[in-house]
Amino acid sequence: MLNFSAKQLIGVGVFLFAIFVGVPLIIGATGRWDFYFTLTSVALLAIASAGVWLTFYIGRINIGQGAFALIGAYVSAILVVKAGWSFWISLPAAGIFAAIVAILIGMPILRLRGVYFAMITLVLTQVVTLTALALPITNGAKGISSIPLPSGVLLFGIPLIPDFAAMENTKLAFYYSACILMIATYAALYRLVNSRLGHLCRSMQQNEELASSIGVNIAYIRIVIFAISSFFGGIGGAMFGSIAQSVYPSSFQVADSVNFMLNCFLGGLGYVFGPMLGTLVLYFGWDLLFEFGKYQMLIYSTILILIIRFLPNGLLSLRIGKGGDK
Amino acid sequence: MSALLEVKNVTKKYGGLTANNDISFDVTENEILSVIGPNGAGKSTLFKMISSFTPTTSGEVLYRGERISNLKPHIVARKGIVRTFQETTIFKSMTVRESVVVAQHLRAKASLAGYFWGSKIAKEDIAAFGSYADELLEFLGMSEISNEQASNLPQGSLRALGIAIGLATDPKVLLLDEPFAGMNHDETMRMVDLIRSVRDERGVTVMLVEHDMPAVMNISDRIVVLNFGEKIAQGTPSEIQNNEKVIEAYLGSADDEIGM
Repeated sequence: MLNFSAKQLIGVGVFLFAIFVGVPLIIGATGRWDFYFTLTSVALLAIASAGVWLTFYIGRINIGQGAFALIGAYVSAILVVKAGWSFWISLPAAGIFAAIVAILIGMPILRLRGVYFAMITLVLTQVVTLTALALPITNGAKGISSIPLPSGVLLFGIPLIPDFAAMENTKLAFYYSACILMIATYAALYRLVNSRLGHLCRSMQQNEELASSIGVNIAYIRIVIFAISSFFGGIGGAMFGSIAQSVYPSSFQVADSVNFMLNCFLGGLGYVFGPMLGTLVLYFGWDLLFEFGKYQMLIYSTILILIIRFLPNGLLSLRIGKGGDK
Repeated sequence: MSALLEVKNVTKKYGGLTANNDISFDVTENEILSVIGPNGAGKSTLFKMISSFTPTTSGEVLYRGERISNLKPHIVARKGIVRTFQETTIFKSMTVRESVVVAQHLRAKASLAGYFWGSKIAKEDIAAFGSYADELLEFLGMSEISNEQASNLPQGSLRALGIAIGLATDPKVLLLDEPFAGMNHDETMRMVDLIRSVRDERGVTVMLVEHDMPAVMNISDRIVVLNFGEKIAQGTPSEIQNNEKVIEAYLGSADDEIGM
């Protein structure tokens, strides 16, 4: 099962070292503390993108991840602010709630394929935004603000997670939390794709009729995958809300849903770690083009079109066959 | 011999069009039964109803006395009735061996979560899938192409791959959709031998839909003839060859491509 090549292990080692030791050292040396926030965002958006990538894996174009991120953010915020839960318990609860919503919505819409499924998911984000505006528990347009920072977690008196409010540098703490979550997400995704469930997904992606003829319950697997996908969306959104210490109906919009999908395209739909790279490049690319002022959007879009035209299998297709897995 | 599969008064209507009208026949265990008929006779529709890919309008299909029509395809497959498709329906970006491994889904003993965590049963399953895939591909004479990508295979091999995928599910009844279409004489004869050995050595009952008359006459124990959605005859190959209704159905349609 764990038959990783030496190259892969070195790759993973270098990657872990870079994000847990390298990045803080560089930021400390250059004094660009704002990069922590950028990188934390990238890590969290990459978690939600991982979910979108998974729905691609069963042959569905998902432009609705913003909806589940928003649901996750609200569930966590409400549980922390109104019910007084610890953030660390509200986090999985947010993911599970998003997954349950996905199961209920998925049952009717997952029968649709191609552009029809994509269109419906595109509307989902807007529906959740409007719902958040209308419901009393979400506070309408005012949203939920001044969410307390995550509290500490004690296990038998041993502090597992320190209290964020008592910390001087919450940026670093959030950065580490987001990175650990992201690594756990991608490890789970990698394992899922390379286990039997992943193989069944591939069979469905390539031919649903043939898959059902060999006894695969395609309706069930679609729902399971959509639920896992939305779980990732909920987790990413909940953590985002906690960092921003606020959630508004506009925290995740249709444009965010589209970006989650673009992250997957850009990184490469054929690679588990594609959405991670895609998110990094897309997020940083936008920031780096800031100095072009009003031409920012034009240049950005042109580059995106060129990448999708000339690298249809994503950025990771550039390094195929070189081993490693990022 | 008792009937393994019973088709009872099956009718399928698409709007005003009747694709199958009140068709009944039995399939006996361990026989090779062919369904033939001119184009548009309703053969494929009948196959789809037997494998529950489409519901019947009325009538039912029984397997060992249990109704299998109007269910879901994967449930029928679980009971051991598995259909193959024509050559374009494959897992394009999988290799031959990967396709056969994934098709052993129904033989899995571990749960999906078990595979995720790598439980002991899952590891045993994975080893068993691999060795069974190799054995099956050797049986089908496909060992040399086992690592070829399916999309790169020639037509004849694709047909064999379809059968390999079907056989990997460990079926009791295999429904083959035009297994000889587009093949030359030698390829057809090889496929005839292969299907026979599937029945003889693996104890699989085979039902096939086919246009190739010489091959059908050669391979079938019994034949059911459809024309315009109606069953017009059934019997052994020699009975069918001398059946007046059948001769009329085929020779009566002047532009039919089948020379009989």
